[in-house]
Amino acid sequence: MGALGKPIILMVAMYVFIKFVLPNIPGSAPLPSSLIALYLLLTGSGIVIFQTLSKESKDAFWGPMQRFLTGENLGGLQALRYGVLILFPLLVGWQTYGSTAVSDLPPIESRTIHPAPPGEYTGLSNPVAKTPDNIMQGKGFYAAYCSPCHGGNFDGKGPAARGFVPAPANFADPTTIAMLQESYLFWRIKKGGVGLPIEGTPWKSAMPRWEVELPDEWIWKIIMGEYDGAHQSPRTWE
Amino acid sequence: MSAIQQGVKTIQRALPAVNAQGAWLAGLLLAAGWFALPSIGIAAEGTAAGPTEYRDIPYIGARNIIWVVAQLHLLLAGFVLGVPIFAWLCEVIAWRGGEKRYDKLAKEFTKLLTSAYATTALFGGILLFLLVAFYPKLMNYLTDVFFPSFLLYCLLFLLETATLYLYWYGWDAMQEGRKKSLHVFLGFLLNFFALFIMIVPNAWATFQASPVVIAEGTAFERAWAATWNPTWWPINIHRLIANVVLGGYICGAYAGVRYLSVKSAEDREHYDWMGYVGNFIGVFGLLALPFAGYWLMREIYQYNQQMGITLMGGFLSWLFILQAMLIGVLFLGSNYYFWLGITYRIPGSEAKYRKAMLMMLVSLLLCLAVWMTPHSLVASIEEAQKMGGAHHPLLGVLGVMSAKMTVSNLMILITFMSFVMYWRAGKQDTAGWAAFGKAVMGAILVLASIAVIVLGVWGYFVPAIVRINYFSTSQVLIVIFVILTITPLTALLLKSARTTTEMVWGSMPPRAGYSLVLNAVMVILLMTLMGYARSSSRVHWHVYGVMRDTSPYAYSPALGSASLIMAFCTFFFCILVAFIFWVATMGDKYKTAAGAGKGDLPHGIPAMAGGAPDKGPQG
Repeated sequence: MGALGKPIILMVAMYVFIKFVLPNIPGSAPLPSSLIALYLLLTGSGIVIFQTLSKESKDAFWGPMQRFLTGENLGGLQALRYGVLILFPLLVGWQTYGSTAVSDLPPIESRTIHPAPPGEYTGLSNPVAKTPDNIMQGKGFYAAYCSPCHGGNFDGKGPAARGFVPAPANFADPTTIAMLQESYLFWRIKKGGVGLPIEGTPWKSAMPRWEVELPDEWIWKIIMGEYDGAHQSPRTWE
Repeated sequence: MSAIQQGVKTIQRALPAVNAQGAWLAGLLLAAGWFALPSIGIAAEGTAAGPTEYRDIPYIGARNIIWVVAQLHLLLAGFVLGVPIFAWLCEVIAWRGGEKRYDKLAKEFTKLLTSAYATTALFGGILLFLLVAFYPKLMNYLTDVFFPSFLLYCLLFLLETATLYLYWYGWDAMQEGRKKSLHVFLGFLLNFFALFIMIVPNAWATFQASPVVIAEGTAFERAWAATWNPTWWPINIHRLIANVVLGGYICGAYAGVRYLSVKSAEDREHYDWMGYVGNFIGVFGLLALPFAGYWLMREIYQYNQQMGITLMGGFLSWLFILQAMLIGVLFLGSNYYFWLGITYRIPGSEAKYRKAMLMMLVSLLLCLAVWMTPHSLVASIEEAQKMGGAHHPLLGVLGVMSAKMTVSNLMILITFMSFVMYWRAGKQDTAGWAAFGKAVMGAILVLASIAVIVLGVWGYFVPAIVRINYFSTSQVLIVIFVILTITPLTALLLKSARTTTEMVWGSMPPRAGYSLVLNAVMVILLMTLMGYARSSSRVHWHVYGVMRDTSPYAYSPALGSASLIMAFCTFFFCILVAFIFWVATMGDKYKTAAGAGKGDLPHGIPAMAGGAPDKGPQG
């Protein structure tokens, strides 16, 4: 096994880490299989690259595999070789079947999280003056209309949040509203899930269409309140 | 609408008259319809009275044909405009430094260039005909806006062609003295015209994405306003660098294939060296390309939020994960080639640098893992529920630009250090200040890496505009600073260094040649991918916000369908290039086979596709 032992141990260790250790770190969660496959692929590529950097290391790495597969001087391992030669194609076949067979599971969706807003909403700037009073009013509106889902701490953990998949957006996360302009939020709040464009389908948003209940001015104030409460700033170009 | 109503009334009036002969008339109509079926294929769309707006062909579709031909033309053009830059630089190095092998290399590069030039022009012509045929409304509009620059383009093409002919066919005749100076000047002119040949059509393409339309003024004023649109220069710079990368990697792949097939030791040495130069040129451009790409995307975002989000957050955002994968393979492939070079070309270096190579490899893979981690993950319902949404609570932070910019800068630093390591291998410093110099370089590298990471992490806690305008820019400047300080310091250090192990050319294993080919395929795929992204970002507009696409193809193809076309373009381009290079080197093989018995062929034989005036066999 020699030079093969370390790579095998490394692959197994990597798998154990991303499958069992990483999800148990506080604040973490299990990784989807797509990400696990990606990280294992990178690890495997790294091993192949490193082991083939010189003739000696390449021979030490490929040699045992080659000898095993060709059956050269294998002795008692012949049965294992035949086992591998039979089981490997079966494994590939099983994988192929598993990925093509009809399943009762819903298909994986690569949802578009930030579909582009319609042209009329791009470039809008908040017409409401950014005063402490307006921000306070906005937070009040937020508490009344938005916090049940998006949370009193702007963290997406409102009392109703557990009922939604996907979960309501966490505004305190620097990767959400901090990446967007105010006009984008205005569009999403005003039009809600039903207002998402065709490129956003299959849209999965329970966001109400607030334009039927709230005047535009209130929406702009809510946006100000959200940014202030979540300690984030909107994306601007100035 | 009124025309349709009028037509309906006419039919209604005519129907009673033909009532009696209804049966045979219906049969006649059916037969006519049957025979007219093929015409659907080349149907012209437009109002009955108005001019034709679109034409189509059956099964394949007008858009797919335009897509493939435009992509092939762009790839060929990228090669044809990129290669003269480094061919000329090689010639200058040979001219000033006296190293003849650089002149031979420059000539070989130019041979490939001449071979590809005619094919590029051919595809350009086909593209123009097809555009005029399939999209007459759009072409009419663009002609109206850009008429003066069309004329300029024709003139530039004439000048470029004449210069290229003089440059290539005059190579052997202009080898000595002042003639050589003239030849070098011709090379400069070739690049000068090539630059304008690139930036003039760039104006047409970028106008479609970010149009500047003025209603008044002369034809020249309107063309100039449309030319100087917000994404013109970002695209110019991005394409200029990308062309060098493409050219470098394709020349590297050519050398790799030749290296694998040649028999003599001399040829193996030559093509090993050529492969190294090709890879070096590719890497050299690759280091600068992310900066140019970032600038381009920033300009697009600033120009139009809708377009920016469509690209980076909307339905095209998955392309950037694919892009990360392709660039990742490119970085890995390029570094792998450098490391193989250290191990095989500089005997005894492996033991010295193996640990360093391992560290670099691990760092590269960690960076790649960050770059390839999407913000919204591909997950089943069950997996998404466990994560609490499409974002992983811990790894989700790796999916945004701050993380991506940080790791791309670090990858550039690692690749640069790979090259420096290769450069230093087999040499022993003799300068008195060597220890101090190396300590300074090490400190610069460590501090720069820390600074890049700190800015990246800090980027999460500042407004987006601060991150974009200051932090990301600072990261780029830090990397440029490292490159600009360590390169001259290393050069100075190596000036007095003693060579302990001579470089052995021609000793690389076959996998080195394959990695060169892989790099070229990756860069071609990358260009086809980004070509689709740039074009699709206009969504259902021919000219964004100005002229709507009203054809049946006014939709963005699904990523799966698009990737099929991209793969086809890549495959077809590789076949095309292989064929062109095969034709180009046919003469050499013949001469090699004929050997000394027949003697050299007369110089300056006019030859198609660049298989021209070599003094001797090149394998």
